[in-house]
Amino acid sequence: MAETTEFELVSPERLLMQRPVEMVVLPGGEGNFAAMARHAPMISTLRPGVIEVYEKRPEASEKLFVEGGFVEVTPERCTVLADTVTPVGDLDRARIEQDIRDLGEDLADATTAPERAAATRAMAIARAKLVAVGH
Amino acid sequence: MPSLKDLRNRIASVKSTQKITSAMKMVAASRLKRAQEQAESSRPYATRMGRMLASLGAHVPAGASAPPLMRGTGRDDVHLLLVMTSDRGLCGGFNGTLTRETRRRITELTAAGKSVKLFIVGRKGRDNLRRDHADKIVETATDHGSQYGFEVADRIGTRLLEMFEAGDFDVATVIYNRFRSAISQVVTAEQLVPVSLGGAPEAANDDAPPAVMSAASRAVYDFEPAEDQILAELLPRNLAIQIYKALLESQASEHGARMTAMDNATRNAGDMIGKLTLQYNRSRQAAITKELIEIISGAEAL
Repeated sequence: MAETTEFELVSPERLLMQRPVEMVVLPGGEGNFAAMARHAPMISTLRPGVIEVYEKRPEASEKLFVEGGFVEVTPERCTVLADTVTPVGDLDRARIEQDIRDLGEDLADATTAPERAAATRAMAIARAKLVAVGH
Repeated sequence: MPSLKDLRNRIASVKSTQKITSAMKMVAASRLKRAQEQAESSRPYATRMGRMLASLGAHVPAGASAPPLMRGTGRDDVHLLLVMTSDRGLCGGFNGTLTRETRRRITELTAAGKSVKLFIVGRKGRDNLRRDHADKIVETATDHGSQYGFEVADRIGTRLLEMFEAGDFDVATVIYNRFRSAISQVVTAEQLVPVSLGGAPEAANDDAPPAVMSAASRAVYDFEPAEDQILAELLPRNLAIQIYKALLESQASEHGARMTAMDNATRNAGDMIGKLTLQYNRSRQAAITKELIEIISGAEAL
């Protein structure tokens, strides 16, 4: 058994997951990266994307979609503070495509800056979701 | 002297009131339990957020380059008070103490030459403060149903950020009832903006063992992207978390206060029923005695 790191997934409402894993692949703000045991300490933002949890390689035991958040990696731990978490299996392609169409309209209708920013953000999340279900 | 029928009606009505208050007490008790669990389960996030902020804060100089949320506007003129009251009444002094404290602060700040704005959560506070501070209320958030979700806090936080960016206030303080026990709630004020990193309050006292904590904050972190950018994203998040925490505390306090108030009401109703029943029995007895006397004196007259 390879070395494990303690993976914690926390949403504002509760602690979602806490277990030893071999590796976690995270959608970092500046590109995906994998966290394993004895990783150098780091703090990063997350962009909308999929967290892949490898309890035992090479099979990903869990794929979770996050809308954003933060991650703190230490040699013995990997803590994800996520905004909203959905298992990739629960994402529905048709719904997402509909959302993207709706958001496209919202974006076109948006007049004020904050409205546009909110719509752009929602759009980025929806696009990332589509990528997540794509493979 | 009320008639026997009046007394009977009175007793019946107090009894039905008692049934209602005791039902409300039980509902409040079960809600309180749920609210406490919710507060409990939101704690891990806050703890870890505090830890991250602490290690970030150690790396970011608190100078002019710090994000505005941390630095503040450099002024201290406009104070925003975020007041957390309940949507419903019948919870004893819960809203009363809170609005009284708010009033006191308003007077104090106004006396010091600051201007005050109010952001009110909950219908009761709005109705109460509208009476003499209507001009200061800039925003309200009411009718959240029986349980606060994180989205409520997120919405309030976003609104607060918008106002901050528009330069509507310099200092924001949240005023809420901190839950100590079902019979004791403490009115608490915490400063939200500008953020003081030293006072990430729950960083010290939670589930992470202290040894791990200090090791983590001593470690040299890599940051991706740069520290100040992460901080700029983390701070608004932290604001929402602080608000969420206050909301949950306030929610637990509300149910606790209501439980106590309804318990008292039930007990008072019980006392009242006792008194009324005594009075009822006495007057019944008196009526019977009177009738007997009448019969006897009637018989003697024959």
